Amino acid sequence: MKRSIMIVGVGGQGTLLSSRILGNIALKLGFDVKVSEVHGMSQRGGSVVTYVKYGDNVYSPIVEEGEADYILAFELLEAYRALPFLKTTGTMIVNEQEIDPMPVITGALEYPKDILSKLKNKINVISLDALSLAKEAGNSKCANVVLIGVFAKISGIDKDKWIEVIKETVKEKFIDVNLKAFELGYNL
Amino acid sequence: MKKLMLGNEAVARGAYEAGVIVVASYPGTPSTEITETIANEYKDIYVEWSPNEKVASEVAIGASISGARSMACMKHVGLNVMADPLFTSSYIGVNGGLVFVVADDPGMHSSQNEQDSRHYAKASKVVMLEPSDSSEAKKFTKLAFKISEEYDTPVILRLSTRVSHSQSLVEIEDREDVPLKEYKKDIDKNVMMPAKAIKRHVIVEKRVLALKELAEKIEINKVIDNKKKIGVVTTGISHLYAYEALGDNVNYFKVGMSYPLPVESIKEFSKGLDKLFVIEELDPFIEEHLKANSIDCIGKEAFTLLGEYNSRMIKKAVLNEDYYEFIKLDESIPIRPPVMCPGCPHRGVFFVLKKLGLTVSGDIGCYTLGATSPLESVDTTICMGASISAQHGMSKARGSEFNKKLVSVIGDSTFVHSGITGLIDAVYNKGSNTVIILDNSITGMTGHQDNPTTGYTIRGEKTKQLNLVALGKSIGIESIRTVDSFDVHELEKVVKEETSKDEVSLIIASRPCALLKNVKYEGKAFISDRCKKCKICMKLGCPAISFKDNMVLINPNQCNGCGLCINVCPFNAIDKRGE
Repeated sequence: MKRSIMIVGVGGQGTLLSSRILGNIALKLGFDVKVSEVHGMSQRGGSVVTYVKYGDNVYSPIVEEGEADYILAFELLEAYRALPFLKTTGTMIVNEQEIDPMPVITGALEYPKDILSKLKNKINVISLDALSLAKEAGNSKCANVVLIGVFAKISGIDKDKWIEVIKETVKEKFIDVNLKAFELGYNL
Repeated sequence: MKKLMLGNEAVARGAYEAGVIVVASYPGTPSTEITETIANEYKDIYVEWSPNEKVASEVAIGASISGARSMACMKHVGLNVMADPLFTSSYIGVNGGLVFVVADDPGMHSSQNEQDSRHYAKASKVVMLEPSDSSEAKKFTKLAFKISEEYDTPVILRLSTRVSHSQSLVEIEDREDVPLKEYKKDIDKNVMMPAKAIKRHVIVEKRVLALKELAEKIEINKVIDNKKKIGVVTTGISHLYAYEALGDNVNYFKVGMSYPLPVESIKEFSKGLDKLFVIEELDPFIEEHLKANSIDCIGKEAFTLLGEYNSRMIKKAVLNEDYYEFIKLDESIPIRPPVMCPGCPHRGVFFVLKKLGLTVSGDIGCYTLGATSPLESVDTTICMGASISAQHGMSKARGSEFNKKLVSVIGDSTFVHSGITGLIDAVYNKGSNTVIILDNSITGMTGHQDNPTTGYTIRGEKTKQLNLVALGKSIGIESIRTVDSFDVHELEKVVKEETSKDEVSLIIASRPCALLKNVKYEGKAFISDRCKKCKICMKLGCPAISFKDNMVLINPNQCNGCGLCINVCPFNAIDKRGE
């Protein structure tokens, strides 16, 4: 058994917390785990990619093209960019938020149109407005945990285990708001 | 107990368990978290951010000579800065174990070059170990200290971005109690002047021979024999890419000690194979060594000198098989390059420099992004600290008219790292440089480390704060100005005045990094109906400001309320709400 998950977004969206939660849940289930992230220059509002792999034995920490069972995409354009990495039978969970990259802001390029329908034509997609749900939970920064909630529902992993891991992973004063965000995603 | 740890955290843990007493480093992605972890978690260890890697390694060398297990950590380009002490510490050897940790960055995720640091081990004649994951990172760190003391040599532990920044499981063990070794004055060993060094060189060459023997028997150089006719020699992260791609379809020789190489063992491994591949990122370091020893192998002709390897590439090259099937994008989509954050204090400075049409000699830090669209202000970036000295060279080459349209920009931490000497050079050699220190009160790019200009140590203790104005005065600069980085009008005036002078001027443009916890701006900017769509605010390259449906818009989710756009709007058309 091996599961490969990719988390994609824009620097500053909180992808690292999601990967930490995923890594910790795999650890709790007794699997071998690898989590790979890139720090530094790429975090400054650029595309950010994190990989989580777990299973009986995990070797490479990197998820390659066609390898991801699941992709959690925090932003629409980044979801589209990550498409080649999804298994042809995989599932992508997509936050519908759009953040313009600098070439779009400067007017040099256009933000691609109809990304969601293009994705839905090709692969399994669960799409949602995670930002609004996070605001509903009480903090727009919890969109990451909303997406974790959606993933938890289809992961086949016991819900209580997820709640346990969230409590262990996030800072104490943010537990309540994150659990609310998780529930909103889980009950989507 | 097993814990999920970054490779960097595992190195820190390894140092702790090995009884290390002193750690000195300069931050640099992807190495930074090693030293941060030590500062945060292992209070038994003395740890510091030094001004640069040369100083850091000298602190570690001194601590080693005095009898303590010591370590200095840096990124690959930092190893260039510490090359001088490295080569001579190889002659001196150690008293307490001495380890230099260097993290290479294949693929240049966060670096200005893609150098392969393995050459340094060979050139300086010291051992190099290369772990593949976090578990090995901890184990090899401990082993490095053992080898260092047994063979009287510094050891380089080489990581790469994917080893440093991947988390995997690590078995936690206790700290070994390693007391300070006795300190004895030993001029023959520790004073490197010709008469002494000539003798030490003989010892170094003997040591290399002994280490070659060690390489042949050390258990971290290991064979995985799957009884196949294809063999691969792997090292570091490439071992994991190879194992993922090739499984038990090949035999492996996993190199854990990459200098000196276990040539005889690899020769033995190669016997009876139809093909031997060498799978190593960056330079053909192992490959060339094997070929020089008449071991027939396939290396770079099947792979690449550029960037990172991956399992797909390896499977194709070794087995000629495809990897996972995947969906290709059928259109090209906009890239998302890194940008200065909303509220970044550097933005206003580059806006002014571009407006004035100046040539800008740049440096290494977040502000290197001043070269990206739409600011496109920076003309050159070489290495840490080069801005001022390169500016001086440009100015001397092209003369005073050119110099009046020339400035250099350098961050506070980078200035202390190696900009100070360039500034002294400019003053001493009668330059007329205008130097702008971008003082954002922190080392920004690597994720907020304190430095001598912040007045705090790595553990947040208050200390003496380096006074940039006093420093400028003391080296002979008479024209020193301090400006708020967001006051673009004042900044423009000051830059114009200072560039017109025939003397070295220092402008300190100050405002703290927008990501610092204590930096909070009230309210959010928004475009009022007074907007004339001149788009001057868009020249700031702020990710919050865009132009859509013939309207300038400020995205409230992105805006941090810094108000810089309000300062640059010529029609006073940007307001704030929620103050």
